[in-house]
Amino acid sequence: MSVKNYERGEAVLSIFKRGAEFTKDLLQENEQLRVRLLNIEQRQTDAARDPEEWEKLRNELLGKIESLEVENRDIRERLQAVEEENGQFAGRYVEIEEENNNLANLYVASYQLHSTLDPSEVLKVIIEIVINLIGAEVFCVYVVDERSGILEPVASEGAPVSQFPRIEIGSGALGLAVQDGEVAVAEPAAGARAPEEGPLVSIPLRVQERPVGAIAIHSLLQQKDGFTALDYELFTLLAGHAATSIFAARLHSQSKRKLNTIQGFIDLLTK
Amino acid sequence: MADNRILIVEDSPTMRQLLVFALNRLKNVDIVEAADGMDGLRKVTSDHFDLALIDINMPVMDGLKLIRLIRGDESLKQMPICVITTEGATDDRQRALTLGANEYLTKPIQANRVLSIAKGLLKVE
Repeated sequence: MSVKNYERGEAVLSIFKRGAEFTKDLLQENEQLRVRLLNIEQRQTDAARDPEEWEKLRNELLGKIESLEVENRDIRERLQAVEEENGQFAGRYVEIEEENNNLANLYVASYQLHSTLDPSEVLKVIIEIVINLIGAEVFCVYVVDERSGILEPVASEGAPVSQFPRIEIGSGALGLAVQDGEVAVAEPAAGARAPEEGPLVSIPLRVQERPVGAIAIHSLLQQKDGFTALDYELFTLLAGHAATSIFAARLHSQSKRKLNTIQGFIDLLTK
Repeated sequence: MADNRILIVEDSPTMRQLLVFALNRLKNVDIVEAADGMDGLRKVTSDHFDLALIDINMPVMDGLKLIRLIRGDESLKQMPICVITTEGATDDRQRALTLGANEYLTKPIQANRVLSIAKGLLKVE
């Protein structure tokens, strides 16, 4: 109990000591300020008597004002530079954010296109990309018939596939786009076009130089009034990746069919 | 444990992947996917969710029917719902909102728009 009281007493004493030191510091500071004030008052009184001293004090003060103004200007310039830099960073952030979103769309499209080797699934993925990522309302996916070399409509959205004509490579906007291997966008790049009118966008699907198929977009969703930079990136992505997906799925199904035939022969010969 | 649990009811795997990508940018979030309305209903009634993103055009059970069933359930009445669809017309938007959806997203969707709507409905920064 007595030890506790002693410790408490020590703590109170230490608080008092610190208070005393603080008061002492304050008194000292007060004294210094009083001396400085007296000095200034003395200089002002002297200067008021002596015009030369007055002029000296005046010049000194003017110099100080000037240097403060220079400092003020410098700070303002630095603030402006920081604000400009901040604006640039904000702009860059928006750009990076947009780029990030675009890359997400491209990644998802590419990932989905290569996620299956089933030809009908590949077509389903292409349709999903064209609706969900591009925002097309009426469009058709064509595949090149290997025997005739003609573009055959195989899947569509917004209109029955029977409404879309078979197209010869090199004929019409779509046929020419497939022949040249270049995405063709009609002007103006909005509004709706009937299947017989020719597409708004013609996307050739080619593996290296070999035409595999095409996508013809005839109209966009009501809320979509034109194409963005991302849409053009998606056209290019589809032109390459959708083509390889269709090609790979076709080869896979052919090899599967051949394998089944060979297996059938083997079974026939061995049983 | 996650701060927020989000249910995505969407039949397109492409859209689901894009939505998951966008929503994963939220901190400490748990995302559950459902491939159609029936699957969505099963999941939403058997677990707690802080937000549901529902596509309108889906096989088995469409999004509008799912919203009606959710809003008819006393325990799910307060759960925020964002509808995702290709329909851009004002009356379609109005139909979904009348049924009880809180927000409306039209395709093609942008990840930043999804994120900003989700933040608003979850009331997070």
